[in-house]
Amino acid sequence: MTTTAGAVETVDLAATPLRDLNQRLHDQAKAADPIGHWQVLNPSGAHALACGLDAPIDVEIMGHAGYYCAGMNKLATVTVHGNAGVGLAENIMSGVVRVTGSASQAAGATGRGGLVVVEGDASARCGISLKGADIVVQGSVGHMSAFMAQTGRMVVLGDTGDALGDSIYEARIYVRGSVKSLGADCIKKELGDEHRDEIAGLLAAAGVDGIDPGEFRRYGSERKLYTFHVDNAGSY
Amino acid sequence: MCGIAGLFAKTNQIGDELGAHLERMLVQLNDRGPDSAGVAYYRNPVGPGESKLTLQHPDEAYPWSVLGRDMADALGADVDLEQRANHAVLRVGAEAEAAESWVAEAHPQVRVMSAGTVIEIYKEVGLPTAFAERFRLSELNGSHALGHTRMATESRVTTDGSHPFSTGLDLCLVHNGSLSNHNRVRKDLERQGIVFRTENDSEVAAGYLMWRMREGASLDQALEGCLEDLDGFYTFAVGTADGFAVLRDPIACKPAVLAETEDWVAMASEYRAIATLPDADRATIWEPEPATVYSWEQVPA
Repeated sequence: MTTTAGAVETVDLAATPLRDLNQRLHDQAKAADPIGHWQVLNPSGAHALACGLDAPIDVEIMGHAGYYCAGMNKLATVTVHGNAGVGLAENIMSGVVRVTGSASQAAGATGRGGLVVVEGDASARCGISLKGADIVVQGSVGHMSAFMAQTGRMVVLGDTGDALGDSIYEARIYVRGSVKSLGADCIKKELGDEHRDEIAGLLAAAGVDGIDPGEFRRYGSERKLYTFHVDNAGSY
Repeated sequence: MCGIAGLFAKTNQIGDELGAHLERMLVQLNDRGPDSAGVAYYRNPVGPGESKLTLQHPDEAYPWSVLGRDMADALGADVDLEQRANHAVLRVGAEAEAAESWVAEAHPQVRVMSAGTVIEIYKEVGLPTAFAERFRLSELNGSHALGHTRMATESRVTTDGSHPFSTGLDLCLVHNGSLSNHNRVRKDLERQGIVFRTENDSEVAAGYLMWRMREGASLDQALEGCLEDLDGFYTFAVGTADGFAVLRDPIACKPAVLAETEDWVAMASEYRAIATLPDADRATIWEPEPATVYSWEQVPA
């Protein structure tokens, strides 16, 4: 059942099939007069909620989401008022995906653009294979986060698990808390003014106030792995 | 892929409705394991000197009452029997080992699914939704229960290959994942006298726990041993007479969500299974850390 209350389109997943919701959200990309603001009730951990959006709309999910929520997001702003399961905003292209609770494994994985904000903790493999998106985690991240991250930025206000940034390429990681251990070829780097500015910009974009960018440390690639040696270039 | 659900009642009301809650959780995990399903319920403890067995035979018309009468005669003990689909739960006025030995000799084609004082294990091939209906799960009460939905990877889809696996008196194991060194570990355990019925990797994990505890390890110690000796992916949930324990491998490949309210503690492969429980939206929810043993026990009243 769908009801329109003011400017907000409300969809109750206790009554509406998930595919109907996702189809309607997809239809906004081609709509002459798109519905700008959506609220999804009773998500109950459903998978693939608000996946593949391609329109500048606001979608609020009023409860916990399951796997792959807001995957492949383009232009849209998706907010989960609760926790999210595995693969939040996987391969995000643009727009903003925000979770007010915590996110499970592989949040923001392979993201190419846009911003992912986790107000709680993110679990293992956050930002794995990052390809240009930005991720701001207000809590901590689990092990193997930013594994093979190619480009993009990750800001962690809390701590990290083991093997942060293993085999990282050119992504930049900023951590305010403790790092349990660094992965292969990931090292601590100097925090310059341009980095403090970058952190300030990301915190502002994520809506985080009152944090001094100088409290962060920067991590990135030492560029010592096999792929970084010019002698090996002919192998590809 | 497989699905795991565990529920631990902190109130009598949740305990009275345990079966209905676990059924709803299992149905949500249908997609993760459409090959087979199984449950372990901890309920109706027997009295001192008594034991409880769950038996299974493929034929629902197996002459259970004859088996019960013969066992009573042979052991010189009272035997109460309740049939549920093609399983039967026996309350026996003798030690579990004596009853198990008698079944193995007198009815070799009957499988002993569980033995102890409080555990009941039911498992079968087929869709979890069909299993739940056939075994009338919703009418079962209890203090806690574990459930499993199986998508087979390492061995055939059979009743014996379904979960939970009994790992000793009142103990059982369910597993989501796959072990890569199970053939080697199975051979080592066979030399220690542990008997295996299948080529299943999860049965090896169950046998491993059984062996470690036989050698004097506590459940927590036995689980910590898994981190050293088992190679592969796993989320394990282990049922005990008083509660259950959860362990994920050090890489945490397989999912697990834990949730707790004043009324219950739940564990599941996916939150959507937990979402079916009363007041789930107000529960404390977290993801268990890799390589860390979590356990809950009933506090004696």
